[in-house]
Amino acid sequence: MSAPDPAAERLERFAVSPSRRRRDGGARAAVLACTVIALVPLLLIVYYLLSKGLGALSTSFFTTDPTGNTFFKNASIGGIKSAILGTIEIVAVASVIAIPIGVGVAIWLVEYGRSSRFAQTVRFFVDVLTGVPSILFGLFIYIVLIIGTGSSYAGYKGALALTLLMLPIVIRSAEVILQLVPSSLRESALALGAPRWRVIFRVVLPTALPGMVTGVLLAIARAAGETAPLLFTAGATLKTNFNLGQFMNSLPVQIYSDVTSPTAAVERRAWGAALTLVVMILLLNVIARVISRRSRIA
Amino acid sequence: METTPVPSGERSILERSPLARLPDRVLKYGLTALAAMILALIVYFFFRLVGEARPAFEKEGVLGFAFRNDWDVSAEQFGALPLLLGTIITSVLALLMGVPVAVATAIYATELCPLRLRAPLTVLVDLLAAVPSVVYGLWGIFFLAPKLQPAEQWVADRLSFVPFIGGGVATIPNYFVTGLVLAIMILPIVAAISREVMTTVPSDHKEAALGLGATRWEMIRMAVLPYCRSGIVGGAMLGLGRAIGETIAVTILIGDAPQLGHHLFGQGYSLAAAIANEFGEAQGLHRSALFAAGLVLFVLTLVVNGIARILVLRAARGTQVKASGGSAPGAATLAAGAAAGA
Repeated sequence: MSAPDPAAERLERFAVSPSRRRRDGGARAAVLACTVIALVPLLLIVYYLLSKGLGALSTSFFTTDPTGNTFFKNASIGGIKSAILGTIEIVAVASVIAIPIGVGVAIWLVEYGRSSRFAQTVRFFVDVLTGVPSILFGLFIYIVLIIGTGSSYAGYKGALALTLLMLPIVIRSAEVILQLVPSSLRESALALGAPRWRVIFRVVLPTALPGMVTGVLLAIARAAGETAPLLFTAGATLKTNFNLGQFMNSLPVQIYSDVTSPTAAVERRAWGAALTLVVMILLLNVIARVISRRSRIA
Repeated sequence: METTPVPSGERSILERSPLARLPDRVLKYGLTALAAMILALIVYFFFRLVGEARPAFEKEGVLGFAFRNDWDVSAEQFGALPLLLGTIITSVLALLMGVPVAVATAIYATELCPLRLRAPLTVLVDLLAAVPSVVYGLWGIFFLAPKLQPAEQWVADRLSFVPFIGGGVATIPNYFVTGLVLAIMILPIVAAISREVMTTVPSDHKEAALGLGATRWEMIRMAVLPYCRSGIVGGAMLGLGRAIGETIAVTILIGDAPQLGHHLFGQGYSLAAAIANEFGEAQGLHRSALFAAGLVLFVLTLVVNGIARILVLRAARGTQVKASGGSAPGAATLAAGAAAGA
């Protein structure tokens, strides 16, 4: 061998020692492995939803109500029409109530309350609402509207429970977006002599709109998948129903009751209903993402 | 500034008429009332819940209700310890399994993975949050639990000398499966918040670590993780709150056995599961006991979220001193993350 090259020797002194290099490689491999592990459940869920759910889908699956015949082998168990329509009705009513109130509170927090003590209290309580388990919203509506009035389950009561669930999500996401509206925009409008309400409606809201739509769609997607608040407010039923004062079926509740009393056919219906629900929620998520990408702020 | 003298009783041209200012007033006070209404609603809810739970607390005593191990509906005995412990066991299991994986995913996505993979990876992990809890329950009970049962039995037999884990017969619904599914459910929240916080680490810090000769992993361990500790702890606590309150997936997976499970792979119960499972048929004292369970659940989530807040604030202050200049990831990021993750 030739004489040691001084440059290589100097490099040698700065090289990472084998033990450190091993630890680096090991840690990187572990992090990668964990990431793969995190994705495995998603793949499995998607795979089972498709492989079991697709087989359940047919035209009659979407156009007939569940029959409740789960014990007799040859009787038809029916489809999930009432559940799909019920979910759409309940979530639509909940959105119509929750979105204006939620956006209103967010506007108040950003434009009027700012960092006053009262605004901080409201923020704190909204955070509290975010942490409340969803089944408690169902219990609250039960106490107020079912024990309180002595009546039974109804679609609008389920919608109100979902409203409570959506409110903190709408408020928080709208507030974050409204805060991103540059204050120079507000100041220019005010300096031009516009009154405050006009600044809010003509300058602040249009700027923030795409971002707020994203938050709102995510809140709707969240509400559509909730079972617990509906169990003791909207109830479960078989028939399609457009009267919000009556029991109303919904997809999550239908899946839950199918899971808890399964025969092979009912289990298949549960997978089909789950696939339908997940596709509806994913569509909302995809639309939300597309809109948020178009947004100028955030 | 030049002002034209205004005769008393008349307005300056710069001032608006009271009529023109009306919409402003209406908007301001209307919105204030709306915000106040939310406060009132929560306070009202709390007192109504306490009122409905009172009969159960009067019979059992508050401590007796929470810490007596006897939940027997037919005998009207309502000691909710099996429910409370079931909630705690499954949530802690979820944290133990979910948080390390979630943090690792965040590290991989922000520090190690090729740039082109970052966005798809983020979207995929976020997709886990879009799956409704009833679907997790469905998947868990028909796929995961039956598949895992032989392995669980094997572990229980091998570790028969370890209390709580070993011995016993592994049933299909059990604490472990519930904890595992909860871990999957909290993963996207914890990962999203950790990721958000990790992107706020100033690149100066990372470059300084690398420039001093640190390996990638040493850079992550010494520059990234200490800076993010507050955010990660906060994210984990938010995940814990979510796991405690999770109802439907737990109801399907835990087995709804109203006694204290004797081992990890046995059936149990949780507060939320008891409400979901029994409330429909509950009458009188039983219903009151379930409201009391709801109240305990409410207080538990409040305490967890409160601790999260305190920890985050304290840790954020700590990072601010260490990381002079760079703005520490604090409550604002968390709030945004919570809104997105929720």
